[in-house]
Amino acid sequence: MRKVMTGHKAVAEAMRQIEPDVVAVYPITPQSEIAEYYADYVHDGIVHTELVPVESEHSAMSACVGAAAAGARVMTATSSQGLALLVEVLYIAAGMRLPIVMALANRSLSAPINIHCDHSDAYLARDAGAFQVFCESAQEVYDYMLIAQRIAEHDKIRLPGIVNLDGFSLTHTSQVVEPLEDAVAKKFVGVFKPVHPLLDVDKPVTWGPFAMPDYYFELKRAQQAAIEEVPTVFLDVQKAFVKTSGRAYAGFVEKYRLDDADRALVVLGSTAGTAKIAVDALRSEGEKVGLLKVWLYRPFPYQAVASALERVKHVAVLDRAISFGAMGALYSDVATSLVRSQVRPALHNYIYGLGGRDITVEQLAEVLVGLEKVHPDEVLRYIGLRE
Amino acid sequence: MAELKGWKDLPIGGVVPGGVAAALNKTGSWRAERPVWNEEKCIQCLQCWFHCPDTSIVIRDQKVTGVDYDHCKGCGVCAAICPKDAIDMVPEREGTCAK
Repeated sequence: MRKVMTGHKAVAEAMRQIEPDVVAVYPITPQSEIAEYYADYVHDGIVHTELVPVESEHSAMSACVGAAAAGARVMTATSSQGLALLVEVLYIAAGMRLPIVMALANRSLSAPINIHCDHSDAYLARDAGAFQVFCESAQEVYDYMLIAQRIAEHDKIRLPGIVNLDGFSLTHTSQVVEPLEDAVAKKFVGVFKPVHPLLDVDKPVTWGPFAMPDYYFELKRAQQAAIEEVPTVFLDVQKAFVKTSGRAYAGFVEKYRLDDADRALVVLGSTAGTAKIAVDALRSEGEKVGLLKVWLYRPFPYQAVASALERVKHVAVLDRAISFGAMGALYSDVATSLVRSQVRPALHNYIYGLGGRDITVEQLAEVLVGLEKVHPDEVLRYIGLRE
Repeated sequence: MAELKGWKDLPIGGVVPGGVAAALNKTGSWRAERPVWNEEKCIQCLQCWFHCPDTSIVIRDQKVTGVDYDHCKGCGVCAAICPKDAIDMVPEREGTCAK
């Protein structure tokens, strides 16, 4: 049944259907509503979840790690500074191979303090070892919460996963969402199977042991092997979800009017919606432009991005965060994707939308129209910035 | 020493089967001060056992019988929590562990 809900409600609905054993969470703008909705479900007896109202995000992820090691299905959610405080323990969750799914309501990092959207929090967690998905709409947020849960808990993966939703533009905006029926969603996610649960006192194990130089390297290589399995599992789970839901997802990226395009944008998150309108407007004027939207951000789908972009002449990669002293993080990944291609586009990097700065259809159309005229040395540019 | 395993042969997340990793690794030499338990003052409330972060208070038949000096790191939580001052923190001498 189609319903009107915000991105936050979409997260909470997916969590209600997944019904984790433990949710440990600390409120932060813009994420707070997720915790509030879920606390209502717990209070009203709709879910049987131990809700742990911890004193910080560091404690939230620490409680999640403990509960997951004990053998529980565990979820949390955060934003911005909360992610920054939590990220130390996120590395530990990944190293301990604990399948904790977290919604990340994307918000800028201080200073200056700002509560609005950009992707600097997601980029901060980039190398933590969690897989990451970016969503364009509240529908995608709901869908990828369920998909992420099944990926995280897959035997070959057992890693934390992050579902990114743009602060305010997705979290607080009401959209039409068609959730699965409860029974269908629960069947899709499946029953959680703990691995080496700490509470199984008949089979004791030591979790989180010290590793000296003789074993640390091998354990990190094994962790890399686990995240390298994500693409295969992602496609399988996505296919199963399409079969269950009738949604039209296919692959790690969405190619929008890209097949014959000579100029294209690459974006993460809700800006894809704005970009599609810009692409449609220019297409109606006969301009061959397109869009590549990246769903699976970590592990990065290098080959899929290369095959989507190598025949395009000019590509503008849009980063919603500055990686200080370097090119944008998404740009660097796209450039790495194309480095082995015989034919490849001229690549341009645009920084946009920091701290919730609007990005408009007109600005994106302007980028696409102007791409051929950009001086090749002027690789890093800014959209909507006052000089 | 046993042959070192390759990365494909390690348990998921580096867990150690058997749950004995801490017991195998003696850490008593890290201690600067050792807790000395005075049986005559002890009321067997077990607060020291409950609070010890290294499970180094030795219990037999639900009673404290001493301290595991192979693993006690000398943090002093037991002495601080004891309601009867039955545990004294005594400086270690010349880096040797009291037995």
